Amino acid sequence: MSTVTVMLAGVGGQGTILAADVLAKVAAASGFDVKLSEVHGMAQRGGSVTSVVRFGDEVHSPIAHPGSVDHLVAFEITEAGRQLHFVKPDGRLMVNARFIQPMPVLLGTMPAPTGLEAILDDERAIFLDAEELACEIGSIKSANIVLLGALSTGLEFEVEAWRDVIAARVPAKTVEDNMRAFELGRQACEKGECAL
Amino acid sequence: MVSGTLLSGNEAVARGAWEAGVKVGVGYPGTPSTETLESFVKLPDVYAEWAPNEKVALEVAAGASLGGVRVLVTMKHVGLNVAADPLFTLAYTGVGGGLVILVADDPGMHSSQNEQDSRNYARFAKVALVEPSDSGEALEFTKQAFELSERFDIPVIVRSTTRVSHSKGLVETGDTITPAALGEYVSDPSKWVMMPAMARRRRVDLDDRLSALVDFAETTSLNRVEMRDSSIGIVTSGVSYQYVREAMPEASVFKLGMGFPLPVKRLTEFASSVGRLVVVEEADPYLESSLRSMGLEVSELYIPRTGELSSAAIGAAFGLSAPQLREAIDDLPPRPPLMCPGCPHRGAYHALRKINAIVTGDIGCYTLGALPPMSSMDSCVCMGASIGMAHGLEIARSDSNMKRPVVAVIGDSTFAHSGMAGLVDIAYNGGASTVAILDNRITAMTGHQGNPLNGQTLMGTKSRELNIEALCSALGIDRVRTVDPHDLAASVQALREETAHDGLSVIVFKAPCALLLKEKELPFSVNDEMCNACGLCIGLGCPAISKTSTGKAEIDVTICVGCSQCVQVCRYDAIEATGPACDIGGV
Repeated sequence: MSTVTVMLAGVGGQGTILAADVLAKVAAASGFDVKLSEVHGMAQRGGSVTSVVRFGDEVHSPIAHPGSVDHLVAFEITEAGRQLHFVKPDGRLMVNARFIQPMPVLLGTMPAPTGLEAILDDERAIFLDAEELACEIGSIKSANIVLLGALSTGLEFEVEAWRDVIAARVPAKTVEDNMRAFELGRQACEKGECAL
Repeated sequence: MVSGTLLSGNEAVARGAWEAGVKVGVGYPGTPSTETLESFVKLPDVYAEWAPNEKVALEVAAGASLGGVRVLVTMKHVGLNVAADPLFTLAYTGVGGGLVILVADDPGMHSSQNEQDSRNYARFAKVALVEPSDSGEALEFTKQAFELSERFDIPVIVRSTTRVSHSKGLVETGDTITPAALGEYVSDPSKWVMMPAMARRRRVDLDDRLSALVDFAETTSLNRVEMRDSSIGIVTSGVSYQYVREAMPEASVFKLGMGFPLPVKRLTEFASSVGRLVVVEEADPYLESSLRSMGLEVSELYIPRTGELSSAAIGAAFGLSAPQLREAIDDLPPRPPLMCPGCPHRGAYHALRKINAIVTGDIGCYTLGALPPMSSMDSCVCMGASIGMAHGLEIARSDSNMKRPVVAVIGDSTFAHSGMAGLVDIAYNGGASTVAILDNRITAMTGHQGNPLNGQTLMGTKSRELNIEALCSALGIDRVRTVDPHDLAASVQALREETAHDGLSVIVFKAPCALLLKEKELPFSVNDEMCNACGLCIGLGCPAISKTSTGKAEIDVTICVGCSQCVQVCRYDAIEATGPACDIGGV
């Protein structure tokens, strides 16, 4: 199989690193070569963060470049806009419709981005509200797993592989919540327009 | 079917060291190297420690090596500058037990102040260097590095970069071994006492060892020729190899796993077997200049010399058509890194801004005080520089128009790393600076490592806490005070008084990192009727505080930790305690 590139983009603290780790382990458990890249350190402190997972028969580069991403999962709408040009023209674009004010907007030195939703809609983005779905099961911290559930509908891994990895990766007492979060993400996507 | 364990480059280096029988690890945290020692210490039957700085780490390792055991040292690229002094002479002494230094470079400066290329150090210091291109090689090359170190009596650098250290890939792991014929201390002053007479002999011996290493480089499987289409031959190393394979899958490649010394004969043979010889490498033109100095004709190729490479950049250099792109959205507000909600540094910077101080800064989370809205740092150069630079500014004051008070700002771990010597300098030379030590009880930016000030060791034990007040007292500094940075009025007052004082003073701003708080205070919320939309609390730059459409403030109770700094700046009593965070509030 030729290499598939998935980018998870968000704001430091949103759980992109854990989500990327789960995805990479699912790919490995499914028999693929896999590479994952992420950036630690200063950028993690509330900054824009991206993790990239690439899998296939043989993966070389661990990173993505503009026009190379098959699936973008944006945990926040501004970050979806920031990484848009990384997504292939026929790639899949999933956006968590949450807006986290960047500091220049808060301080009034830059305006809040306008019309992002319309631009992303034109780009055939699939919108979800992962926090709202996570709240349905009373665990807002599972929003990242909701997004993985949505992502999973576009990837050819067995659902059991996802469930096994998530169960092993999240804190023991949150396993059931996260299983439900994953299922809600899948359902939301199947109900919506997740197909390309 | 591909198999293996998913490991980061750093985890693979740690695993490789352990599989090579290494029982001792020592280093200083620094992105992107930190997780190496953190994962090493979790392996069975090892001892590992954080040293106060990289020079001490390498010296501890030299001692362990002299004692006959294999030892792993870890640091980031700038740390090697600090450790350079022992490194250069350890090339002369050579080793007892294998001595391997993981050095992680940071091209693109994700979390660093410069992007120096450590391969130059190997040539400069005359030590061997291996360069893995992914996690699998990180494990394998580290194991081999220990063999090399002992066989050729030389320290070996494992040079990594951010994309090797912080990428994960599938790795075949093995078991640990017991290295043969080690663990014996052998007294040998002619090898280990580098006075001029002995050093001159070891200098000659070093050249013999290096030429034996060149012979090894000619045959080792660490270096690999992959002949495909012979019209283009690409010499490359490290993660650049992975980008080359992706961008130019048909090209012939000379992959150098050993960056120093280089195999002159094999490279010359390769050059003559391809039509056009090019070099693809990230950062400095290290290989390119080496090949040219061998007399090889290297074809010009435009490779960016700053920042990181990618397969796209390499494709562009070879004139391949760029992929079709969606239109980028410009002018999006950037999202610079921020101090966390409840960060004690925010209080210290609020006070520094109040007294309009010139701040000589240092390396750590508190470097974020340079960014808006605090914008209260005037210099940041290297670990420990804040204190020496403050002293220098004070000296310059009499000859300049500087009216603002000068304050050095340094964190706890950085103070232990290389701030102490600066303080000794000011005390010794009778300087009058004000030094603020931001003691948040942890080495925070690199992900919470212990340090001499909190006494938490890497082995998980609690040792002594370095007592700053007693240390300053021993240096003859009588004005030392400790302030809670969350108490804004007290912080401002301390800074006003100490900067007005004509003499050296130290203020310790002491409060734990907000991420360390196990039991959080109740969060605050904004009373909408009382809020005057003045923006004072917004000006603290706390990620928990945002602005509503009416300009009034709003607090995200899910991330507020109740530090109360915003309560203290509010002039309208509009911020008040609230109940426990509701699971879904604030979204």
